[in-house]
Amino acid sequence: MSGSELLDRYHRQNRRRAALVGAMAVFALIAVLVDLTTGPSGLPLSETIRTLTGAEVPRGTSVIVWQVRLPVAVMALLVGAALALAGAEMQTVLENPLAEPFTLGVSAAAALGAGVAIVLGLTIPFLPPAWGITANAFLFSLGALGLLQLMGRLRGGGPEVLILFGIALNFTAAAFLSLLQFVASAEDLQQLVIWTMGSLQAVNWGSVTILALVIAVTVPFALMASWKLTALRLGEEQARGFGVDVTALRRWALLRVSLLAATAVSMVGVIGFIGLAGPHIARMLVGEDHRFLLPASIFTGALLMSAASTLSKLLITGTLLPVGLVTSLIGLPVFFWLILRGRPGR
Amino acid sequence: MSLTLRDVSTGYGRRRVIAGLSLPDLRSGEVTTLAGPNAAGKSTLLKAIAGLAPFTGQIALDGQDLAQLSAPARAKIVGFMPQSLPSGASLNVLETVITALRASGERAVTEPPETRAMAVLLRLGIDHLALAGLDQLSGGQRQMVSLAQAIVRAPRLLLLDEPTSALDLARQVRLLSEVRRIAAEGRIVLTVLHDLALAARWSDRIAILHKGGLYAFGPPAEVVTPAMLGEVYGVIARVERCSQGHLMVQIDGEIPGGASGAGAKERGAQA
Ligand SMILES: Nc1ncnc2c1ncn2[C@@H]1O[C@H](COP(=O)(O)OP(=O)(O)O)[C@@H](O)[C@H]1O
Ligand SMILES: [Mg+2]
Repeated sequence: MSGSELLDRYHRQNRRRAALVGAMAVFALIAVLVDLTTGPSGLPLSETIRTLTGAEVPRGTSVIVWQVRLPVAVMALLVGAALALAGAEMQTVLENPLAEPFTLGVSAAAALGAGVAIVLGLTIPFLPPAWGITANAFLFSLGALGLLQLMGRLRGGGPEVLILFGIALNFTAAAFLSLLQFVASAEDLQQLVIWTMGSLQAVNWGSVTILALVIAVTVPFALMASWKLTALRLGEEQARGFGVDVTALRRWALLRVSLLAATAVSMVGVIGFIGLAGPHIARMLVGEDHRFLLPASIFTGALLMSAASTLSKLLITGTLLPVGLVTSLIGLPVFFWLILRGRPGR
Repeated sequence: MSLTLRDVSTGYGRRRVIAGLSLPDLRSGEVTTLAGPNAAGKSTLLKAIAGLAPFTGQIALDGQDLAQLSAPARAKIVGFMPQSLPSGASLNVLETVITALRASGERAVTEPPETRAMAVLLRLGIDHLALAGLDQLSGGQRQMVSLAQAIVRAPRLLLLDEPTSALDLARQVRLLSEVRRIAAEGRIVLTVLHDLALAARWSDRIAILHKGGLYAFGPPAEVVTPAMLGEVYGVIARVERCSQGHLMVQIDGEIPGGASGAGAKERGAQA
């Protein structure tokens, strides 16, 4: 094959990847629509679409769609996108396919923060009570990642060190959480346990807007770092030889990961699996050119989370399962299957 | 064009590997081999020049202090091929070479990146691998790809760390003759090689690193001698000329007790 033929094939491959990314985005949107049509008061798709497009509908329908279902559906989409993007960036900068915000202590710290608010009633003063748990979870998880970065920097910031600190943080936060659970009243304990299972029910347009803003701010920077992140996949020495300031790349990527993960987890609680599986599935679809991998992760995560949100309403008729439970229950077997089916990444 | 190394010290943390090393200037058009026993600090020195390890002293290209350049600016003029090869990423060969060109964000060449990357693969005779996955390559193929990544930015200074270690005989010759051609374009090449006969055949000058400093520097015939091989490597060796006049190194055995402690020093250290 001649050079120009090979280049043609390279360009064709990239167009196919762009199309795949687009397809994932479309699937994610379809998943949101399906999510919108499921719920205790069954609304047909046509009715939902008529409501969304502003057609004349009964007031009850309008409230259900706009105030109840849409915030939840959009939140699912955004949480999935945020967690998968955070996972993708973290796996690359820590050079470890198992790295994700949740394996490195973010969720445990968030749960601890929530526990402090629920059990001890300690939170930021003058905050509306509804936001106390969220604020605590956010601060604790951001603090955990800040601590991680700080410790990492003291020890040179290599990926192994960061991962070890992350695991230590995870266990430390979990230990303190157990302590809180031990002293909590039965009522508080129940609230805390349910919070840690991850739920989309407490969301409203306010929290949706905040997460949307965080995503809108971090995504452009992540995309701008695409080539640098791809270079890091060839090893730190290679990347530095190419002129990439790997230390700065790591620091900024982890800051983006912190913001995304802390915001998402503080609003909906612990959602496992998405940050790990989203990027893995995306990698199988489009490879590791991060210009494609990052958007593909975003849409895969969004799709997975929307599907989980829908399933959480359907799995047990009449019962709404915590969505974090669904991602783990349904997600993990799927993930195992993907691993066993073939080596991820090819 | 020349590379100056003056009083260079470098190492890891508090541990010094190279102490106060100075080299006669390396000139463009020339290939210089850096040799020495395992753990002598060859890779460490190369990393310092490439800006990957902190150092004291002066490393300058045409009077431009390399330590003062930003990472992208340095990468534009210095190409580095590390000794360690990347483990499997799901990227194909062409993608990795394009990444090498675009990662720093600085434009190093005027051609479109894809065209430029493809031309380099053609030049190295690995264009047929362009769309092969990096994790499907043999060690030698990955080494050729790593060279492509190092030269794609058309650097003025090319640093190669054991570029032939995984190559078969034909590809050693292919790589080294290509390296000679790159030097002939007016670039400076500094390469680590273990095979001194190969080094003598393909390089203009050889620098021998030993015990953290420069042991010898000069044209191959002056540097590669039985005395040097005995003192630095602790081997009994003959250096002869073949019918074509090229140097041949014949190792007959180790000097009992390991001269100058080369054997002992090597223990526990990585190559
Ligand atoms: N990352 C590192 N941290 C600490 N010491 C190192 C590191 N890399 C190499 N060394 C040590 O520095 C010395 C020189 O290593 P190196 O430059 O790799 O030798 P060479 O390339 O000549 O075989 C060795 O003693 C080695 O153990
Ligand atoms: Mg070495």
